[in-house]
Amino acid sequence: MISTETNRRDFIKTTSIATSGLMMGVVLPSTVSKSIAAGTLHTPNAWVHIADDNSITLLSARSEMGQGVYTSMPMLIAEELNVDVNKVVISAAPPGAVYVNALLGAMITGGSTSVRDGWEKLRIAGAQVREMLVAGAAAEWGVPASAVKAENGMLTGPGGKKATYGQMAEAASKQPVPEKPSIKAPKDFRVVGKRIARTDAPAKVNGTAEFGIDVRLPGMVYASLEQSPVIGGKVVRVDSTAAKAMPGVVDVIEIPDGVAVVANSYWGAVKARRALKIDWDFGAGANLSSDGMIETHRQASSTGKVLPIQPAKGDALGAIGGSAKKLSATYITPLQSHSPMEPMNFTAHVTGGKALLIGPTQFQQGVQGGVAAALGIKPEDVQVQTTFLGGGFGRRIELDFPVQAALISKAVKLPVKLVWSREDDMTHDFYRPIGFNQINAGLDSNGMPVGLHFKLTSQSITQRAFGLPKDTMDPFMVEAAVAPYNIANTQHDLVIHDAGLRVGYWRGVSHNMNAFANESFVDEMALAAGKDPVEYRMAMLEGKTRFQNVLKLATEKAGYKKGAGKGNAFGVSIMEGYDTYVAVVAEVSIGADGEVKVVKTTVAADMGMIVNPEIVDQQIQSSIIMGMGTTLKHSITLANGRVQQTNFNTYPMVRTNEAPLIDIVLVKSSEKPGGIGEPVTAAIVPALANAVAKLTGKRVRTLPITGKAIQQA
Amino acid sequence: MSLQFKVNGKTVSSNSEADTPLLWVIRDELGLTGTKFGCGAALCGSCTVHVNGEAVRSCQTQVGNIAGSNVATIEGLGGTHALQKAWVKHQVPQCGYCQSGQLMSAAALLSKNKNPSDADIDAAMAGNVCRCGTYTRIRAAVKDAASQLRAA
Repeated sequence: MISTETNRRDFIKTTSIATSGLMMGVVLPSTVSKSIAAGTLHTPNAWVHIADDNSITLLSARSEMGQGVYTSMPMLIAEELNVDVNKVVISAAPPGAVYVNALLGAMITGGSTSVRDGWEKLRIAGAQVREMLVAGAAAEWGVPASAVKAENGMLTGPGGKKATYGQMAEAASKQPVPEKPSIKAPKDFRVVGKRIARTDAPAKVNGTAEFGIDVRLPGMVYASLEQSPVIGGKVVRVDSTAAKAMPGVVDVIEIPDGVAVVANSYWGAVKARRALKIDWDFGAGANLSSDGMIETHRQASSTGKVLPIQPAKGDALGAIGGSAKKLSATYITPLQSHSPMEPMNFTAHVTGGKALLIGPTQFQQGVQGGVAAALGIKPEDVQVQTTFLGGGFGRRIELDFPVQAALISKAVKLPVKLVWSREDDMTHDFYRPIGFNQINAGLDSNGMPVGLHFKLTSQSITQRAFGLPKDTMDPFMVEAAVAPYNIANTQHDLVIHDAGLRVGYWRGVSHNMNAFANESFVDEMALAAGKDPVEYRMAMLEGKTRFQNVLKLATEKAGYKKGAGKGNAFGVSIMEGYDTYVAVVAEVSIGADGEVKVVKTTVAADMGMIVNPEIVDQQIQSSIIMGMGTTLKHSITLANGRVQQTNFNTYPMVRTNEAPLIDIVLVKSSEKPGGIGEPVTAAIVPALANAVAKLTGKRVRTLPITGKAIQQA
Repeated sequence: MSLQFKVNGKTVSSNSEADTPLLWVIRDELGLTGTKFGCGAALCGSCTVHVNGEAVRSCQTQVGNIAGSNVATIEGLGGTHALQKAWVKHQVPQCGYCQSGQLMSAAALLSKNKNPSDADIDAAMAGNVCRCGTYTRIRAAVKDAASQLRAA
C-alpha cells in the first residue's frame, strides 16, 4: 500500500479532475457553504477556495487529532499564497481520490505522514492559486503578469491598481492551472519554520471546538451498544423486554457487532442497556489469554515461516558461532490499548438510500466505503464529515464504530449518535500487537559485535486491515528492525503469527517493539564489553552522520559526561523512524514506592526541514509521556478471552505529577522533512529501560517495567 | 420531575431523572458540550465542572443532588480568563479533548490559591488525564495565569 512520492504532473491532473468534480456539486462542508453564501465560490484546485468576500478556505485532507495539521497544512499554503495563516479557514475535506495520502495510498491520517505528504503538494497548490490570481489580475488590467504582485491578500499592479484576492477570484478561476508554478526556495520562507500559534487553540480552550461526541442533528437519538465480552463473539439470543420498557427507549436493535439500545437520551440508553439479557456465542476467542498468546509467539518464533527483513549480510550465524563471547536476549512487549480521551463515537443519518456520517475518523475513504458496503449502497451516496478528533493514535483508522452507527440509524430510521463508554473502548480496541523479539550476537575479544541475528515474531495488522496476503512481508512490522550499527555479519528475520486477537496500528506501530529490543540489546552488549553505552554506539556509527549528530547533541545537552544526579542514572537510545533521526537520554530514579520515576528526558531530533517547531516540540513532549506509559505503567491482558482492563484505574495513565522535565534540541537541517508524531513514542522506551538497568543492575526485558518487575528481574 | 439550579449564572431546569449524571444534563439537555465525557468513573477529569465553587467530576454527580446549586462550566469561564489566555500563550492544547476539564480544575485551584507551588498544582491537577501529554505546558500555564491574577 505504500507508493512512491507523488508525481507532480499526476498531481496536477488529479487536481483538475477534482476541480470539475467540485463544480459538479460534491457536497461541501459547512464553512465552505458559508463562503458560497457570501459570494461566489471559485475553485482553482481541490485544496484552496477563495470566495468573493476574500475568505480563503483550505480543505484539509488530514484529520486534526492533536498533531497540529490544522496549523501546519495552512502554513504550507499560506507560504506560497502570501497570506497570514490566520486568514485561512480550515475545513475538513470530504472523502476523495484527490485527498489520498501518497505515502499511504489512501485518504488516511497516520504514519507521521501529513507534512511529508503535503510538503510539496500544498506549496504547489498555494503557488498555483497565487499565479492564477496574478494572471487573472493581469488579464483584467491589461498588464503583463510580471507587473502584478500578490502580497498579504492583495494584488497590486502598475499605476496604483489594486484588488483583493477575493475580488480577483472569479477572473483567476478562468485562468489555466499552471503546471509548474514557481515555489519558494527554503531560504525565502517567511511562514514555514516559524513558531506560529495553533489555529485550533482558541476553540480548544473555550469549549467550542466540535468533537465527534458533540455532534447534534435535528431529531437525533442516542445509542449505547453492548458488544460481546469476548471480541468476535455473536449474539445467540437477546431478551430486550425489560430494556424496551425503560423510560425514553426508542428501540433495541441487533447488529452484527452486538445489541444497541436507542433512546432519547444517552443516559437513558446506558441504563436500559444494563437491563438487556443476552446469550452470546463467544466464538474462537473464548479461551484466549495474553500469557497463552505470548507462548504461541514463542512457539511460532521457532516453527513459523521465516521471511527475511533484508538480505543477510555475510554469515551472521557462523560469525556468532565462532565468536569470543555470545549474548542472547528475548524482549517482549505486551498488548496496548489506544485509549484516546474521546471514546469511540459516530453520528449517522441513513435515509432514502443515502447516508450522512459525521464524526472523528482518521480514514474518510474507509468510512465511506465501509458504510456503503454495510448498507448495500453506493460509496457516493455516503457523505462523510470529519470533526475534531479527541485523540486518534491509530484507533480511528478503524471502521467499526462508524459502521455500527450507520446500521443502527438505518434500523431506527432516525439520526443516531452512537457513544461508546470508556469500558467499551478499552475492551473493544484493536490492540497494539505483542512483540516477541529475539536477538543473538557474537562479540569479539574487544567486546564489539562480529555477528548479529535479529528475529521478530509478531502479528500483522496489515493482513487484517488491508488484506495483505499471508506470509508476505509487512512493512509495518519491521520498522526500526535494522539498527544503524555497522556490524559485518547480520541476519534479520520476521515470523508473522496470528495470535487470535484483532490488532491495530498504534502510534509508532512496530518501532515500539523493535527499537525497544535493538536499543536495549546494544546496551547489553556494551555492558558485556565493559564499555560506556554511548561510546559503544558511536564506535559502530561510522558514516552514519545523522545518528552520530543527534546522539552527540542529546548527550551533551543532558550533561551525560558529567553523570546523572545523585541516586539517578542515565539511559540512552537512538532510532530512525519516518525519516526522522532521534536520540533520547532519560534520567531516572526509583521512588519511595519502588516505581521508576522519570526525572528528565532530553531529545535531539533531526527531522529535516521543519514547518512549525512549536508543534514539533508538542509532539515530542506528547511522545515522551505516551511512551512512558507503555514502558512503565500499563498493558492489556486477557483471561478467558476477556480484556481485563476496563478503565483508567486498571490501565493507569501517566499523570501530571509524573511528567518529567523535557529538553528538546532540534537540528537545523536542509534535508527533506521527516515525521515527528510518532518516533519518540518508541525511542523513549529503550532509553528508560536502559536507565533502569543502569540504576538497578536489573535488566527487565518484558514491558511494562513496574517496581514489581524490577524486583523480580 | 423538574429541578432547578444555576449554570454559569443562569437558572436552568432539568427534566432528567434524578440519577442522571450532571454531565449528560449539561451536555445533552442544556446543550453545553464543552464539558467532556472521558471515563464515566471519575478517573480522568475530562468532565470537571464547578459546583458551588468546588471542582467536581460531573460524570459522578447526580443531577438530583444539585438542586439549587451554582454550576460553572468551561463556557462560563468566559473565554478571556487568565487561564484561557495562558493556555493559548503556552500552546497547551493538542487534541484538546481533556482541556475543558484541565481548565476547570486549574480555575478551582486559582480561585483559592493564587500562588500555587508545584505540589499544589500536582494535588489539584493529578485527577486530570491528558493522553496527548500536555502536562509540562499545563504546569507552565497555570503558573503564568496565577502570576497574572496576582498582578491584577
